[in-house]
Amino acid sequence: MKIRDLCELAGRNLRESLLRNSLTTLGIGVGVASLVAMLSLGIGLQQLAMRRLERTGLFDSVMVRPRQLGGPNGGVRQRFGIEAQPQSIRPLDEDARQQIAKLPGVLEVYSPMRFNAEVSLSGATSPATAASAAAPGSPSQSPQGPGGLRGMMTAISGLPNSDSTNDAFDGMQGRFFSSQQAQEVILSNDLAQSLADDAKIQPAALVGRTITVRFPQRQSRPAPAADETSAGAQPPANTDNPVDLALGFTIVPAEKQFTIVGVIISGQPGAGPGGFESSGAYIPLGVAQQLDPVQGSDLREVMGEAAASRGGARYVSLTVRTDGTSAVAAVEASIKQMGYQTFSLLDVTRNLQRFFAVLDMFLGIFGSLALAVASLGIINTLVMAILERRREIGVLKALGAADRDVRRLFFVEAAAMGLLGGALGVGLGWGIGRVINFGTTFYLHRQGLPSENIWSVPWWLVLAAMGFSVLVSLAAGTYPASRAARLDPVEALRYE
Amino acid sequence: MSATLSSNDGAAVRAVDVTRHYQMGGALIRAADGISLEIPRGEFLAILGASGSGKSTLLNLLAGLDRPTSGAIFAEGRDLAKMSGEELAHHRSHTIGMVFQAFHLLPRMTLEENVELPLRLAEVPRSERPARVGEALGRVLLGARRGHRPTELSGGEQQRAAIARALVNRPSILLADEPTGNLDSRTGEEILRLIEEIHRPGGGAPAVSVIVVTHERALAERYADRIVTMSDGRISNEERRR
Repeated sequence: MKIRDLCELAGRNLRESLLRNSLTTLGIGVGVASLVAMLSLGIGLQQLAMRRLERTGLFDSVMVRPRQLGGPNGGVRQRFGIEAQPQSIRPLDEDARQQIAKLPGVLEVYSPMRFNAEVSLSGATSPATAASAAAPGSPSQSPQGPGGLRGMMTAISGLPNSDSTNDAFDGMQGRFFSSQQAQEVILSNDLAQSLADDAKIQPAALVGRTITVRFPQRQSRPAPAADETSAGAQPPANTDNPVDLALGFTIVPAEKQFTIVGVIISGQPGAGPGGFESSGAYIPLGVAQQLDPVQGSDLREVMGEAAASRGGARYVSLTVRTDGTSAVAAVEASIKQMGYQTFSLLDVTRNLQRFFAVLDMFLGIFGSLALAVASLGIINTLVMAILERRREIGVLKALGAADRDVRRLFFVEAAAMGLLGGALGVGLGWGIGRVINFGTTFYLHRQGLPSENIWSVPWWLVLAAMGFSVLVSLAAGTYPASRAARLDPVEALRYE
Repeated sequence: MSATLSSNDGAAVRAVDVTRHYQMGGALIRAADGISLEIPRGEFLAILGASGSGKSTLLNLLAGLDRPTSGAIFAEGRDLAKMSGEELAHHRSHTIGMVFQAFHLLPRMTLEENVELPLRLAEVPRSERPARVGEALGRVLLGARRGHRPTELSGGEQQRAAIARALVNRPSILLADEPTGNLDSRTGEEILRLIEEIHRPGGGAPAVSVIVVTHERALAERYADRIVTMSDGRISNEERRR
């Protein structure tokens, strides 16, 4: 029998015992709904966790460094001629940065900037001591200035535009930087609190005010010239002396004013692997690069990178932002192939995904229990149908139906109930998820927290749930279909 | 079709020493016990006998609905015992038309849908079906009742509808098991007359071989070419009428 005829006959049979078949289909629907609700909750939680992690900027970033030879001091030792260099190290220069930026999945590549500085509300700045140190992220007070307001020593980080979506800026007072060249600053909660306490105002009132930042600035030494020997001139660098080559800049105090555009209420922007440590204030990365401040990583340059960097910009490290955690592995592999060391928190993400895979599996198993019970309903319904339609099966066989036709007829009926039940279940599951989401949002709102979507029904789950429902129904229909197919037509025709 | 062909002897159906035994509890029931019978193409054969004589068992064996315990049955030259289940189904669909005492129309279907059922099973193209159904219902004078359900028809009309269903695939052999058993004598006579018309369609169309199992000797004598009487699973008497 052709499939269209089978479907027509099956549809007719299903309509014949409408109530019973509807209840069976509803049972399947409830089973599928339970499965969909469980899995959509698992998927929603996973997406929520991944979304939050991605928004920290830590999990979609790769830190790149030049490959080092001979241990931690290998590069220095080689430059000083202590060891022969067994192979060349690929420099992390502007060419490399641009090459990495062109890799698929890469959003931007930048050199992380972080430096210590003294900040004070404008008009009341104390004299800076460039050499004084502060614990990163926590402002420390320097002597009181002439205006009565104290300067605070703190760490300042440069942030790229991609950090504007960082979690830490959720609920921030004010806004993100208007551009990468804007003389704007965002203050951390701690620094803002300290500055506000000093000025006897609320931290939120700092937005729109101006702060002065005093910091140690690098000043390049003039390039060494072999014929530069005249008296009074700066002593020339001896190109044969690696120590002379290494000391490539001097340090001078500098000062800059910034407008406060934002105050972070809670949390800290991670700013990628280069910025795990929190800072007291954040300025646009483009501005930070122009300031050319002295950074902790400059020690390497002092120890020998300067000579090599004379031919152009060289970076101690680069931060690569990808368009999502899924792109990190491929980007990391490509960068390694280019000859650089990489570091990312990919393993943490993998572990998290593994955890959610196990969670989804368990939720799926619990959700499937209801479907398993529903499959018993299919078996019951079809076995009842065999008893009721015993004579009809005999007639079909007498008229020329093969065992295969009868079997397929019952399978189509089971599959139809599975498909309808699956569609109904997906709808019900979607509804349950909406209710859970509504309840969660309501609860979070009552707690004064922003709403979160903890439930998600992706299109693949809809298709998979319906497919699974049909498969379970077909499996449940196997026994009744086989029993109907094996029915002896002579006995069936005698049946009253 | 892989069944072995017998010698082409011109028989529509030929049973050779056919037995059909059932085990019922401790007793062995010999429903058919060494039956040899040949029905030439175009013959109208009536099988008479008391209840339990083995008439219906023989008819089911000839239809391929049941398989013999031993012996061979050839239908249109092909050995049914050597056919697979699929081949037997194809044989029932294309070669055999069956009519039952209880009509066996599907009550939830209209007459039209009941008559269309064998066409669905034989995978006849949809475009041909309405004409074939109309032709079959017209032949039994039920063309105007095609939209009715069996429960809306009299017994005689239901049996005529069952005959239309048996004929719609244009079988060469028509098997009828007590076709008048549930009907009054006048309606029974009408049904036998209808079967007789099918048997000899006229207009040069080939005659349909007919095997009718019945209790009614008078009707059998009136319409059958040959009458076979059965008792205890054996053929006890055979008489040629024409």
